[in-house]
Amino acid sequence: MNFLKRFCRNRGAVLGLVILLAVVVFALLAPTLYPQSPWRPVGRPFIAPFVMERFPLGTDTLGRNLAAGLVHGARVSLMIGVVSTLVALLIGVPLGAIAGYAGGFVDDALMRFTEFFQTIPSFALAIVLVAILQPQLGSIVLAIGVVSWPPVARLVRGEVLSLRTREYVQAAVTIGQSTPRIIFSQVLPNTIAPIIVMGSLMIGSAILLESSLSFLGLGDPNLMSWGYMVGAGRTRLLDAWWISFFPGLAIFLTVLALNLAGEGLNDALNPRLARGRE
Amino acid sequence: MNLLQFLSGRLAKGVLTLIAIAVLNFFLIRAAPGDPAQVLAGEAGAADAQLLEQLRERFGLNEPLLTQLWIYLKGYLTFDLGFSYRQQQPVLTLVLDRLPATLLLTGAAFVISLVLGTAMGALAARRAGKWSDSLITALALVFYATPLFWVALMSQIVFALKLGIVPNVGYETIGAGYTGFARALDIGRHLVLPALTLGLFFTALYARMMRASMLEVAGADFVKTARAKGVSPPRVWRRHVARNAILPVVTLAGLQAGQLVGGAVLTETVFAWPGIGRLMFDALVQRDYSVLLGVFFISSAMVVGFNILTDLVYRIADPRIEAGA
Repeated sequence: MNFLKRFCRNRGAVLGLVILLAVVVFALLAPTLYPQSPWRPVGRPFIAPFVMERFPLGTDTLGRNLAAGLVHGARVSLMIGVVSTLVALLIGVPLGAIAGYAGGFVDDALMRFTEFFQTIPSFALAIVLVAILQPQLGSIVLAIGVVSWPPVARLVRGEVLSLRTREYVQAAVTIGQSTPRIIFSQVLPNTIAPIIVMGSLMIGSAILLESSLSFLGLGDPNLMSWGYMVGAGRTRLLDAWWISFFPGLAIFLTVLALNLAGEGLNDALNPRLARGRE
Repeated sequence: MNLLQFLSGRLAKGVLTLIAIAVLNFFLIRAAPGDPAQVLAGEAGAADAQLLEQLRERFGLNEPLLTQLWIYLKGYLTFDLGFSYRQQQPVLTLVLDRLPATLLLTGAAFVISLVLGTAMGALAARRAGKWSDSLITALALVFYATPLFWVALMSQIVFALKLGIVPNVGYETIGAGYTGFARALDIGRHLVLPALTLGLFFTALYARMMRASMLEVAGADFVKTARAKGVSPPRVWRRHVARNAILPVVTLAGLQAGQLVGGAVLTETVFAWPGIGRLMFDALVQRDYSVLLGVFFISSAMVVGFNILTDLVYRIADPRIEAGA
């Protein structure tokens, strides 16, 4: 329970976790709360928020229920955030592990490759990828994954480099364990904590990226997403501010919560580091 | 290693990176669903069979893949980024026309975020643990989590539409006929909101880095020495800590600056700023892939150029740094 105690000592992290849980609950309850498709116009357009009980956050330019869009959008944002982070980890962790463990020429080549991806403006690459592969769930997840893995590879490489020379790894080499086995059973398990922390922070960035893409019209046309909602209200900013305001607020709160929780996780998983931060 | 050697090494590496990006573009065109000729033609290709045939001829699309790649790269090496059939202009012309506006916007955002960020970070570190530190740290966290396009829209509502302090959209007042200083002032007024919103995320980033860097340097031996020999605390912070702490922040800022170009797509779209970001958005809406890939290439080239520039400035400013690679 030491872990939980350390996590709870960071009040921001607890706040983040609470917000995050609320978002998750809304996302899970979306089909129950609003069983109808969030795309369907259900009322008069431009109903202001807090006026009608049926539309707590008002309606948009086409008379769609904003509250319904928001809870259905939560599913999309969370799912894309998590899955594309997993994709980034799937690319970054093996690459970093191989580079760090192999060293020499392989390390050099892989790090050049990573550097190349870090040079390219990541948002521009994501736009090009999604536009060319057509905006669909798969291409969006892939694009976000492809632009987010380099920091993971660098982190894992650094960790592996320092672990490689430890005695227990040397011992594993001596008793003749195969290299893949050493990497997977001796080295990688010890890099899990920083990877988890980085992953939790990356989910937030992925959600920001996804919403930026769908704001530009590069969202999956079948999925209601927060970024799309902000973009849809853009033309009527002055007389119907709420259409863009609430989805944006939802993005902000979710990303903030993820960052807060991620920092708490960092404190809890790396207690030595956390004490040094003060 | 002297400056010339360093510079030529960096330039060679930059050119290699750009060639790699051209190769990436080549394969992206092939990754698109459908005929590459259709992709190159964009929407214009939908009906025009003759144009498609021309494109196949020109890019050798009936040849083996390697030949195609060579033809494509040759185009890039002769500064030919393709042709926009939609706008009936070479892509390079379109992009270069829009480049100054983007350079102005991203440059302003970079300077604002660096100045504001390091100042905030330095202040927070100086007051570490006090309420002003918590305030700045919280503020940085908020900036960090705010979607760029949303804060751009919201600031548009508040400062342009409701309060009317700054213009709503655009680069300058159309038809006002300002010249010289009056025009610069007019553009400056239009620049305020886009540059501030674009720089917000990076302000947060630099503030956090500066705070961490300051606290690290503050524990160093030479700082203890300075204190021990009786240098006044404000002077220690200014001359010993801040000056050394800012170095890694500026290095990272230089590396990160490229990401500003990506963010410019969002800012320019919201504020109708006539830069390459806006061009990219228009190309996106019109499915004009040649322009899209051209903007992608040029923005990558901007990043490469900017990284070389920061390295260079850095090497001159701080002779201790031996640029290795």
